[in-house]
Amino acid sequence: MRNPHELVEKNVGLLTILILVAISLGALVQITPLMFQQQTMEPVEGLKPYTALQLEGRDLYIREGCVGCHSQMIRPFRAETERYGHYSVAGESVWEHPFLWGSKRTGPDLARVGGRYSDEWHRVHLRNPRDVVPESNMPGFPWLMENTLTGKDTAKKMEVLRALGVPYTDEDINGAQAAVKGKTEMEAIIAYLQSLGTYLK
Amino acid sequence: MSMFWTIWISVITLGSIIGTYLLLRWNLTNYTGHPEGESMDHEFDGIVEINNPLPRWWTILFYITIIWSFFYLALYPGLGAFEGFLGWRSSNQNIQSIEESVQARADAKQEGLIVQYDRELDYAAEKFDPIFEAYSQIPVEELAKNEEAVKVGQRLFMQNCSQCHGSDARGNAGFPNLTDNDWLYGGTGDKIKETLTNGRQAAMPAWIDAMGEQGIQETVAYVLSLSGREMSENHEALASAGQQRFMVCAACHGMDGKGNQMLGAPNLTDNIWLYGGSERAITETLTHGRNGVMPSFKKTLGDNKIHVVASYVYSLSH
Repeated sequence: MRNPHELVEKNVGLLTILILVAISLGALVQITPLMFQQQTMEPVEGLKPYTALQLEGRDLYIREGCVGCHSQMIRPFRAETERYGHYSVAGESVWEHPFLWGSKRTGPDLARVGGRYSDEWHRVHLRNPRDVVPESNMPGFPWLMENTLTGKDTAKKMEVLRALGVPYTDEDINGAQAAVKGKTEMEAIIAYLQSLGTYLK
Repeated sequence: MSMFWTIWISVITLGSIIGTYLLLRWNLTNYTGHPEGESMDHEFDGIVEINNPLPRWWTILFYITIIWSFFYLALYPGLGAFEGFLGWRSSNQNIQSIEESVQARADAKQEGLIVQYDRELDYAAEKFDPIFEAYSQIPVEELAKNEEAVKVGQRLFMQNCSQCHGSDARGNAGFPNLTDNDWLYGGTGDKIKETLTNGRQAAMPAWIDAMGEQGIQETVAYVLSLSGREMSENHEALASAGQQRFMVCAACHGMDGKGNQMLGAPNLTDNIWLYGGSERAITETLTHGRNGVMPSFKKTLGDNKIHVVASYVYSLSH
């Protein structure tokens, strides 16, 4: 009789199935239980869903690929909390769909950037970062100042988020378009940035 | 974590380890009946491939990792609600507010748990707190002469302030230069600390509605004349009309235009301009107003660090 490892080595279908089983064990242990933990489902005290304008800002954050260079996850290391503030906790992210924790820090973490700079600073900085931070290698986003929002899809987005468990009221959704229409993209993204990490008090 | 999930995690984790062991055993047994392994019928240049189990030294490494995993799971929290015999955790869990975070830290200490993050904080506090404590006893103006303290302040400045005021602290359009000894809200140690602690909110209103374009032109001409700039005749005519209009500006900037640090109203006579001193820039300022914001750093830095940063800022112009 031959040694049995040949069975797996010469049978790609079986190999695939066994690999999937091996990988899913890790997910079953590390991810599944978290989905049912109180601390990952309960919002921190006073957490508010994004306003219509902040929500649009968040989508711009995604559109411009900010998450590619900026994380939103302060880890519990002193080296991070000294710079960014208290480490991120699960209750701050319960209404994030999808979450933007990121995993790459070419720029600094933004989990608690809200209130750290003035709106004016953000305006100057987003238009051309070198105007305030000469050493910066972040690209400029000047078109944010020119493009305006129509708010066409804002209510729809909020409805989808409500279906996912974000507590938007009918009032929020009905007023969504009016709240963002005519605002520049710059105003939206600044509103979003200024809200980040401000609810853990 | 509930009992169900603890059992779920424990069964899968321990089951995988045992499963790995069995898989290893299965692959270590030589089923071929040939002690040196069975030929696979591959031969190249007299070298033959043989079907035989893993080398012994290699399998022993596998066994060691399996034994290690049991020790690890006993000492560290890896099996659901079981916290491990070391009482170690990376950070406190279930935090819902800053207050709870502080409480959790105290509780963990009480229970003798090893919280890695708290240990880092304790270590740093032990090392750095006495230094900052000692600095906080010295007035800002004195501390600004202490080279060490100024260096510490500079580091903190780089981390927290340079994004707006620049790494050389010379500021930028809209963000004040901190090295020129010209102060919007006052340059004494206490005033600098006050600015850092509470932040500042400037409020230069927009005047276009009240003054109209002609009024703005006149006022701008007068403001230009305050800092002794060279003026054309046309400007001088405008400026004399602007002098009347300046009455409303005087409420904040003073009759002589020298400003008011209580309100953060800049001195208009010194030819130092936060938003630029060209005619165009001043027109822009008057037309649309300016609302500079200095954020509060009380939460980020705390009183003692603010004290040291203030010394650094003070040292830049003294």
